[in-house]
Amino acid sequence: MAEMAANGQEPEVLFWVGCAGSFDDRYKRVTRAFVQILEHVGVKYAVLGTEESCTGDPAKRAGNEFLFQMQALTNIEVLNGYNIKKIVTACPHCFNTIKNEYPDLGGNYEVIHHSTFLQQLINDGKVHVQGGEAFKGKRITYHDSCYLGRANDIYEAPRDVLAALDADLVEMKRSRANGLCCGAGGAQMFKEAEPGRKEINIERTEEALATLGAEGVIATACPFCMVMMNDGVKNKEQEQNVKVFDIAELIAQAEGLTK
Amino acid sequence: MIGISNIIFLIVAAIGIGLFVWQIRKIRKNVLMGRDLVLEDNPSERINKTLLVAFGQQKMFKRMLPAILHLFVYVGFLVINIEVLEILIDGIFGTHRVLGFMGPFYDGLMAVNEVLAALVIVACAIFLWRRNVTKVPRLATGVEMRAWPKMDANIILMIEIILMFALFAFNIADLKLAELKGHELAGAFPVSSMFVNAFGADAGMLATIASVGWWIHIIGILAFMNYLPSSKHFHIIMAFPNVYFSKLVPKGKMTTNPAITHEIKAMLDPSYQPPAPEVDAEGNPVIQRFGAKDIEDLTWKQMMDAYTCTECGRCTSVCPANITGKLLSPRKIIMDTRDRMEEKGEHPAIFKPNHYKEMGVERVETTEEKTLLRGYITPEELWACTTCNACVESCPVNIDQLSTIMDLRRYLVLEESAAPASLNAMFTNIENNGAPWAFPASDRFNWADELYLPSKN
Ligand code: SF4
Ligand code: SF4
Repeated sequence: MAEMAANGQEPEVLFWVGCAGSFDDRYKRVTRAFVQILEHVGVKYAVLGTEESCTGDPAKRAGNEFLFQMQALTNIEVLNGYNIKKIVTACPHCFNTIKNEYPDLGGNYEVIHHSTFLQQLINDGKVHVQGGEAFKGKRITYHDSCYLGRANDIYEAPRDVLAALDADLVEMKRSRANGLCCGAGGAQMFKEAEPGRKEINIERTEEALATLGAEGVIATACPFCMVMMNDGVKNKEQEQNVKVFDIAELIAQAEGLTK
Repeated sequence: MIGISNIIFLIVAAIGIGLFVWQIRKIRKNVLMGRDLVLEDNPSERINKTLLVAFGQQKMFKRMLPAILHLFVYVGFLVINIEVLEILIDGIFGTHRVLGFMGPFYDGLMAVNEVLAALVIVACAIFLWRRNVTKVPRLATGVEMRAWPKMDANIILMIEIILMFALFAFNIADLKLAELKGHELAGAFPVSSMFVNAFGADAGMLATIASVGWWIHIIGILAFMNYLPSSKHFHIIMAFPNVYFSKLVPKGKMTTNPAITHEIKAMLDPSYQPPAPEVDAEGNPVIQRFGAKDIEDLTWKQMMDAYTCTECGRCTSVCPANITGKLLSPRKIIMDTRDRMEEKGEHPAIFKPNHYKEMGVERVETTEEKTLLRGYITPEELWACTTCNACVESCPVNIDQLSTIMDLRRYLVLEESAAPASLNAMFTNIENNGAPWAFPASDRFNWADELYLPSKN
């Protein structure tokens, strides 16, 4: 971004990578897949790189409003400094925070989650998914992220994206507004679960596996969900049969952009 | 013909209504112990929501069987109110079926009323069955569902059945009396007419049954009304304002504390002038408390939530933490808030507050401390929440359980620094590295290293 600004250019859209997208080895692959799609369709985008910082979502959900606002005000200063208007992000937590909570602190942007962004690309015919063959007849089940779904009423965009793949889309017993949390939201990602009978991600993975049958794909649209589902699948020793992918990865694969 | 019985009626009705008003004022006072909050934006959207969710029962229909049964009871309640008006007039002025002059409209009203009354009996019987025999888990389990809440539900259902039977006794005897005297009784009675010979043909006896039925019905209604504030059944009143004042912004948006914003702005920019601190009526600055420790740190809307809860347990039954056996039950959070409110404020009720604690064995170990936090709700419960909003989504009367959970969490973190150690480590990482993990900010762009991009050629 700094480079673009130095050249006096403004991006159409800023890609907010998020902490997981920057540091988590698994999620970096999603970041790369999404960037490849952006390159492929020729959108003029930028990333903040080392100038990006945590949105403050985990701090806020853990109750640390002070730290959250520190982060938010600093980020807003950076974003406003570059005159950013439109932001796309692959993380529902970043999406929710920047879209809903930054305006109170002086950060007003058009914020889009990558599922909606991809849906628009498909609708506009910019992504054709010609290679859809790869998914023909494959079972895919989509796990709703709480921060996309219930928190922001985005249920159809990720499903529309998956529908473009021509795969066999199956729904879990609890889906859309009734979807079950992966167990990582509200800063649970960063702590041990409280004592109970079971881990939430195991409960959710069992539900996904029951839907998929012998093999298939669990599609996610959130870095936390991805970690939790992956752990669940490993716990059930199903990693040979069931794969967890982000919707951006599935599109990139279908477009032949990644292997 | 105003006689002694009308005077007695007048006194009974006045006491009943007076007592109710007195209780409502106490509840109002309790709710207003909460912090100020202005919720007056978008009246039209609010009215729409109220029509859909409260009057239209929209969210009930996520579960079909209870929704239909509940609909009978609910519509029965609405329609019977018209009849109660007649009863009041008849009772005061010694008239008999005073609205009878409305002819066909009255016929229709009475007919609908009778059918609904019969359906109410059926629905209540099934509800009793579900609670006590099949034991629908969300209604029968949970530490908060012992003792009083359990009895309360049964009492209500039984009273409703008795009220309806009294109504039928009155109608049947009245019908038979009219038949004996050879004149037409105003109104149509599809159910009672089937039982018209149930009580024999002794006119004196029938007159007694009619009047006993009538009195039981009206005294029952007055007593029921006064029982409401002690009961989860208070939702038949609170559901409407509570939905009207419910959250209109996306569920994911949590409140921002402006006092903190000023503090941080002043830290980042020494020239920043924060607004003058708020002062109370005596001109002393209001001491800001971050988050909520006790009920007066909550807003009046959160208090209203507590009085609206129907204890249906829909929230708890969809809560991922609860499903997997953790201590958290969003229903308990709301019920605890109400219990604490009545402990600290006034018992509006004739009965003691809805405590489940005194009668049940505690599974949740609370401390002796008499505050909402720790005295009722433990940190363990609060830390189990994933902020997934499933509870909020499921609540048929638009209660925001999550906002209360979050305010209590904020108190733990901001005032007591009592977050679990791993969360404190996460906070430190964000402070130092700008990420919840301990990676240096300079590594933030490393993902691009392995990227093949045509533009980088
Ligand atoms: S938001 Fe918290 S309390 Fe509500 S359902 Fe989710 S985990 Fe349970
Ligand atoms: S909070 Fe709502 S969903 Fe939960 S028990 Fe009370 S009324 Fe039912």
